[in-house]
This record gives sequence, structure tokens and C-alpha cells, in this order.
Amino acid sequence: MSDMAIKKVLLDPIANDNPIALQILGICSALAVTTSLQLSIVMTVAVCLVTAFSSMSVSMIRNHIPSSIRIIVQMTIIATLVIVVDQLLRAFAYELSKQLSVFVGLIITNCIVMGRAEAFAMKNGPVMSFVDGIGNGLGYGAILIAVAIVRELLGAGSLFGIEIMTTTNNGGWYQPNGLLLLPPSAFFIIGLIIWGLRSWKPEQNEAPDFKIKAHVTKEAF
Amino acid sequence: MSSNKESTQKTIIVALLLCLVCSVIVAASVVLLRPIQEKNKALNLKQNILAAAGLLKENATPAEVETSFERITAKLVDLDTGEYVLPESIGVASAIDYDQKSASKNPKLSQVLPGEQDIASIKRREKYAKVYLVEDAGSIETIIVPVHGYGLWSTLYGFVALEKDANTVAGFGFYQHGETPGLGGEVDNPKWKGQWPGKKIYDFDVNEEPQIELIKGSVDVSMPGAEYKIDGLSGATLTSRGVTNLIHFWLGDNGFRKYLDRVREGA
Repeated sequence: MSDMAIKKVLLDPIANDNPIALQILGICSALAVTTSLQLSIVMTVAVCLVTAFSSMSVSMIRNHIPSSIRIIVQMTIIATLVIVVDQLLRAFAYELSKQLSVFVGLIITNCIVMGRAEAFAMKNGPVMSFVDGIGNGLGYGAILIAVAIVRELLGAGSLFGIEIMTTTNNGGWYQPNGLLLLPPSAFFIIGLIIWGLRSWKPEQNEAPDFKIKAHVTKEAF
Repeated sequence: MSSNKESTQKTIIVALLLCLVCSVIVAASVVLLRPIQEKNKALNLKQNILAAAGLLKENATPAEVETSFERITAKLVDLDTGEYVLPESIGVASAIDYDQKSASKNPKLSQVLPGEQDIASIKRREKYAKVYLVEDAGSIETIIVPVHGYGLWSTLYGFVALEKDANTVAGFGFYQHGETPGLGGEVDNPKWKGQWPGKKIYDFDVNEEPQIELIKGSVDVSMPGAEYKIDGLSGATLTSRGVTNLIHFWLGDNGFRKYLDRVREGA
């Protein structure tokens, strides 16, 4: 396999084949953890690691997985890795693990991880699957970080918890927009990102499933 | 090859092997990392107790936390009588080992709260509670009591520190909650927490119930009873109500009031 192929597998998911923006996967966790930039980055790292290692493990044993139980096999591998990541966070990043709490556990149900195992790792070698996992984790993270910057900056007036715009709560001038701290705002921001991305790369637009016919009026007899 | 791979026998073998490998990995990570996690937890608890008492230095190292914590003694209190109980009498080696959180779920060590008394929505209350005392030459300087109660999404766990008159707040803070960051999560805002020291819990001229509460909007120092009022959290009415309720519960008749009365009498 050439370096070109690796580069393509690694970088494609960031803009051309983004798991959130194009495949529309992993939206729920993108709504949940993007209230602060720090959480988003930790989540990105966690998802990158889990996707990469689960894809690699699935790929290594892909010729031995009976197709009747392949989904549950993938799930077991993913769940194992997620628990390990969760335990590591609790041991070495206690404060963050407290904030991420259930979301780390919910990586198990993140469609991106499962989707890459089923769609890519079952057909490709371990190294490529590993790279694909990292790439998709980065693609997921790129959107997460973009959303988190908007939400934390406008919603709380800070980035990484460091105050950028002094809020009225702390005696400053900036009246934070509370909506941006609630999950629905992430929907709007992700929607805008998808709009922007598809205007930039029109080939990502899906063909409409049906066309609305022109309205015709019929005279009554 | 493919027909072999799909056989029932192969399927069962693959499933068994996978389960075995995965369970070993999970078990190993849990067992190997547990000591570090326990240490983190214990340290975090100590930090929060010290922070509530106002004894925590900024960016204190774990060693400094341990040294500061040496000033604090833990004691167990029977909430129904307000008297101290010896740890041995309820079957724990020392007060610090008593796990209040699990006791509140243990039917032997807790009781169900009737609906109208359960203002903090905690359903069960433990019989014995752990209090932390900062003592200076044998007399109590600060009393730190644990509180918990339901906010909007989660149970909030925190500590209230009271001065030796068992009425004036010395500090307040939560160490565990799952409220919305930026809204209810502002209970962690140092500026908000900074309002608590100096406020009073009880107004003995009125009655024996805790008077302190979170109000809508901000407190004007000149308003009547300002020393019993705290700014509400904007955009977090239910969290604010939850905080008021849990303070009223834990410092009220079902909580630490009998104990605090005793402290005030000099017991």
C-alpha cells in the first residue's frame, strides 16, 4: 500500500467524507459534549483511540469472525476498549472524567465506531483500518471542536475555561447566550457547518429522492 | 474456508475466545487502576472539604492537601438525636472509613423519608452522618457537614462549612453534580460560591427552621434579611430551588439541626 493511500484514508474523513457532516453519524454525542472546548478535545482523543484500536482489532480477526455474530463481536471489542479508556481517564485525568462521566461510556453506542468497524475494518488490513479509525476520529473531532468553540465562546464567554469576554455574571459587559449551552444549539451549528461544507464541495450533495411536480390546477367540470 | 468459518462450532469457539480475551483486558484494567482511582477520589474529597472550610490553598499539591487535612477530624453523628456516636458501635473502624453515600442506600442504616418531609428528593436518609471538624486547642472552629439533594438533572453532593456559632456560613461548595454547564453548573462558579461566607442559616427570632434561600435575581445588601439570601442562578430556576431545598433539608429537623443545637450549647 502506498503512502498516498494512507494519506487519503487519514485525511478524507476530515473534509471530504466527514462522519458527522456527510455520514451524519455520532450526532448525539456531538450535541452533548460540545459545551466546552476541553471536553470536546478529550472526547476527540477518546473516540480516535477507540475507533482506531477497535478497527484494528476487528480487522485482525476479520477472517475468523462468523458473519452471523459479526455485529456482536465488533460491539464486544468496542465495549472493551471503551471501558479501558474510561478506567484510564478515571485514573489519570480524574477531573475530566468527572465531567465527561457517562459520555465516555456512550462511545460504545457512537455510530462512527461501529460504522467504521463494519464498513471498513471488515474488508481492509489492520494498518489501514487503524489509520481509517484515526482519520474518522479526527473528522469527528474537527466538527466537535468547531462547534465547541462557538458554543463555549458565545455561551460562556470563555475558551478552555479561560475567560475571553468578561460575562455580566462576573461584572463584565458580555451577556452570554444561554441557548448556546443547551443541546439544540449544536443542531443549528452543525446544520450551518454542513451547509457551508456542501456549498464548498457541491459533490457532497445527495440527489433528491423525489422531485416535487409543478403545481397544476384542473378546471372542475 | 468460508463454509468452515460459518459453522456452529466455529461460531461458538470465536465467541468464547473473544469473551475470554475481552474480559481479561477489562478485569486487568479495572484491578490495576483501582488504587490510583481510589487515591484520586479520596484526594478530591479532601480538597472539597478543605475548600468548603476555606483552608485550601490555590494549586495545592497532594502533599499539601494531606498536611492541611491533618487539622480536620471526622466524627459520626446520629441524626435523630444529634449526638456523636462511636464508629465501632456501628461497625466501622474509624469515622473516616464510614461510607455515608452507600449507607444512605442500605436499608439497615437508613430510613425512608415520607413524601412531605423529603424536600430534597433524596427518598432515603441515613441514620448516621459524618461531620468534619476543624478544632483549635480542643474547641471547635469550623463544622463541615455533607449535604446532598436533587437539582434539575442530578443529585448534587456538597459540603457546608459553618463557623463555631453553628449558624454563620464559612463556606459552601459542591463536589459532584451533573447540572447543565453554564446554567445550573454555575454552582461551581467561585464568584457565586463567594457569596456564601458570612451568610446566616437560622434566624432565631423567627423560628428554628433554616431561613437561608436562593432568590430570583440578585441580592441587594440593603434589602431586609439580606444575610439570609443568596443570588439565584440565572437560567437555572430548578437547580436554584434544589440548592435551597437541600440546605433546608440538611440543616433542618431531619438533618443536622439537633446536632448543631448541641454544638451551640457547647456539648
